[in-house]
Amino acid sequence: MGKVLRVIEFRRNIRLWFAPERIKEDGSTPDYRFSLANERTFLAWLRTSLALIGGGFAVDQFLPDLRWAWRAGLALGLLGAGVLCALRAVNHWVRCEQAMRRGEDLPVSRFPALLSIGVAIVALAMVVVVLFGWEG
Amino acid sequence: MEPHQDDRDPGLQPERTRLAWRRTTLAGTVATVLAVKAALNGGPDAPSIAVAALCCGLWLGFLAVAHRRIRVLAEAGEPTTLTPRHASTAVLCTVALAACAVALVL
Repeated sequence: MGKVLRVIEFRRNIRLWFAPERIKEDGSTPDYRFSLANERTFLAWLRTSLALIGGGFAVDQFLPDLRWAWRAGLALGLLGAGVLCALRAVNHWVRCEQAMRRGEDLPVSRFPALLSIGVAIVALAMVVVVLFGWEG
Repeated sequence: MEPHQDDRDPGLQPERTRLAWRRTTLAGTVATVLAVKAALNGGPDAPSIAVAALCCGLWLGFLAVAHRRIRVLAEAGEPTTLTPRHASTAVLCTVALAACAVALVL
């Protein structure tokens, strides 16, 4: 039940990404400083995403001796994390903006924890690859 | 131009947000340079030039969003909120850059 509600909520949020006027429909405009802080958080997540994408390029380019499967796997893992991070950035920004307009608590999220685990796994894989994987 | 002392935010929020946009543009520039380098690595044939041009186009799109937002934030008085359309455009440029990266890796 909770899952269905979250899917519905997520689809409504996606519509809000592209329909700026609808965000103004409910609640009242928050203090502009809160909105700017929310915007900076969004930009920080976008930078994280760009860094992950840059890392994906770097793995593909600067580890040419690696076996193709390892190289592609690591690069695709980083790129996938970057895409998720970017999409989540805009979704979280919209949710925070709405919560502030309605005077609700800001949404909590387990995404940072999941991202840390994902990055840790990629880092461990890199260590394993660099120690044992060169010859394949 | 010196803004009016009275309506100047002591927390410098618009300035900080402006700089955050600049940092993000820089991060995007680094990713784009890596993308163009990756695309042209195997020699300049037609598909790799097309991917490199696409990455540059996406970077220009992001730059346009950032530039517009920075100009709004630089105006005196209370700045308006970031519109979801601008936010989505910036994210779409980022995701499309990642799609180019996937195409280059595979």
